[in-house]
Amino acid sequence: MALYSEKVMDHFKNPRNVGIIEDANGVGEVGNAKCGDIMKIYLKVENDIIADVKFETFGCGSAIASSSMATELIKGKPLSQALELTNKAVAEALDGLPAYKMHCSVLAEEAIKKAVQDYYIRAGIPYDEEKFRNIDCCSECEH
Amino acid sequence: MQVYLDNASTTKMSRAAIEAMLPFYDEIYGNPSSLHRMGQRAKEFLDKARETVAGCLGASPGEIIFTSGGSEADNQAIISAARYGARKGKKHIITTAFEHHAVLHTVGKLEKEGYDVTYLPVGKTGTVSAQQVSDAIRDDTCLVTVMTANNEIGSVLPVKEIGAVCRERHVPFHTDAVQAVGHIPVNVAEMNIDMLSLSAHKFHGPKGVGVLYAKKGVPLSNIIEGGAQEKGKRAGTENLAGIAGLAAALSEACAGLAGNMERISRLRDKLIAGLGSIPHSVLNGDRVNRLPGNVHFCFEGIEGESLLLLLDEYGVEASSGSACTSGSLDPSHVLLAIGHPHEIAHGSLRLTLSEYTTEEEIDYALQAVPKVVERLRGFSPVWRDKVNGIKPFIL
Ligand SMILES: Cc1ncc(COP(=O)(O)O)c(C=O)c1O
Repeated sequence: MALYSEKVMDHFKNPRNVGIIEDANGVGEVGNAKCGDIMKIYLKVENDIIADVKFETFGCGSAIASSSMATELIKGKPLSQALELTNKAVAEALDGLPAYKMHCSVLAEEAIKKAVQDYYIRAGIPYDEEKFRNIDCCSECEH
Repeated sequence: MQVYLDNASTTKMSRAAIEAMLPFYDEIYGNPSSLHRMGQRAKEFLDKARETVAGCLGASPGEIIFTSGGSEADNQAIISAARYGARKGKKHIITTAFEHHAVLHTVGKLEKEGYDVTYLPVGKTGTVSAQQVSDAIRDDTCLVTVMTANNEIGSVLPVKEIGAVCRERHVPFHTDAVQAVGHIPVNVAEMNIDMLSLSAHKFHGPKGVGVLYAKKGVPLSNIIEGGAQEKGKRAGTENLAGIAGLAAALSEACAGLAGNMERISRLRDKLIAGLGSIPHSVLNGDRVNRLPGNVHFCFEGIEGESLLLLLDEYGVEASSGSACTSGSLDPSHVLLAIGHPHEIAHGSLRLTLSEYTTEEEIDYALQAVPKVVERLRGFSPVWRDKVNGIKPFIL
């Protein structure tokens, strides 16, 4: 069996929503170069809806595919729905990831949460801090 | 176009090696330990293969032990010297920080048993000097094990000089020559080698067969216990087909050595020159003391696994020391040993040539690699930050 599913390979080879949004109003970056994974999500939020989303990723094939899939899953959706996106949902939408690559889907979930949090902060919208408590602390690479 | 540039991982078998193996699957199926004709016929071929291998290495046939590959040969050489040393109260081993895991994990196991291990630093170009070895030798040193050439970055080490130091100080010297034999001249007598490991599948022979050379008088312990094969030092009915394939591939490689080295080095240099023009990249390993077929770069701002997967889409088959390719979280110990930070080590690419590599294939790789690097940098947040001056370039 190949390392990655066809879906992963498709999203890796033809990533959706790749790039940056110049006038983004929410940006989230997670991971670090030392671990070999950085994901950055740009949001353009309008009326509580994710009107546009783009990503940049430094990382392995599954990190790029996870970013691509995660952006697809939240594009056009209300923020509340984006915040409910779990890493499992990302991995499932990709027809699964190898066990040791699951942290890539975790990064995608975290990057989105962080971008939404950034939007709330910039827009001065009060938010429930509890919901964002674990971002960026569960990366598996510890150096 | 399909371009196989992963010959340090393994090679395609040569026609001669395949032809040499086939008779052992039907005509000559005897067990070399049997006294009847079928057995003795097999024994003749086994003896002949041993002579061929010995001839290529500058050894005597009695010094050649066939094993299941390079890993087993490394294990046996190191364990043998360690056990013998312990009997004399010597439990210090010298090695380098960038050996293959077959060596590193074996000495690591001994370390847990109470042996003291010195890991010589390999510097930026990936080598150790005879002086470093000399300085590290102690009264209780029972083994020096230093590879002839590194499997990742391709640097070729001064084994002859290191061997001379070990001889002078009466310390047994083992070298993992798995990447060297069949690719550069290796002569155990001229290079002062006491024990040497080689593996057939690195020079167009079959997988799962190798050799431990042990100079006459060097004491060996068994890794595999059982029958009296290989002078009682390695039990198990011999893998005759594999051994015949190994011998055929080795004699072919030795006969063509000078010509292959020249041709492959020329292609290597073309590839190095071309890839070297990619901005913020670095050639790893020694530029001069280098395996003829090894090209190894780090590219800043990208990650190695995605590089390999995209190259594979172009038909270029390569390898990387990136953490993601190994299933571990850390990038290659070799790249860390030559002083690269993790971030740079993640962005590595190894392209390894063989005598079957053509100039068209190199030209094709020279088109594909820069495209793929550029594409990945195009959506790398690390690269963007560096280009925008937010983070400094390292390379
Ligand atoms: C330097 C080195 N030593 C040892 C080995 C192990 O050889 P084998 O695969 O025959 O066990 C390899 C190849 O994988 C190698 O490159």
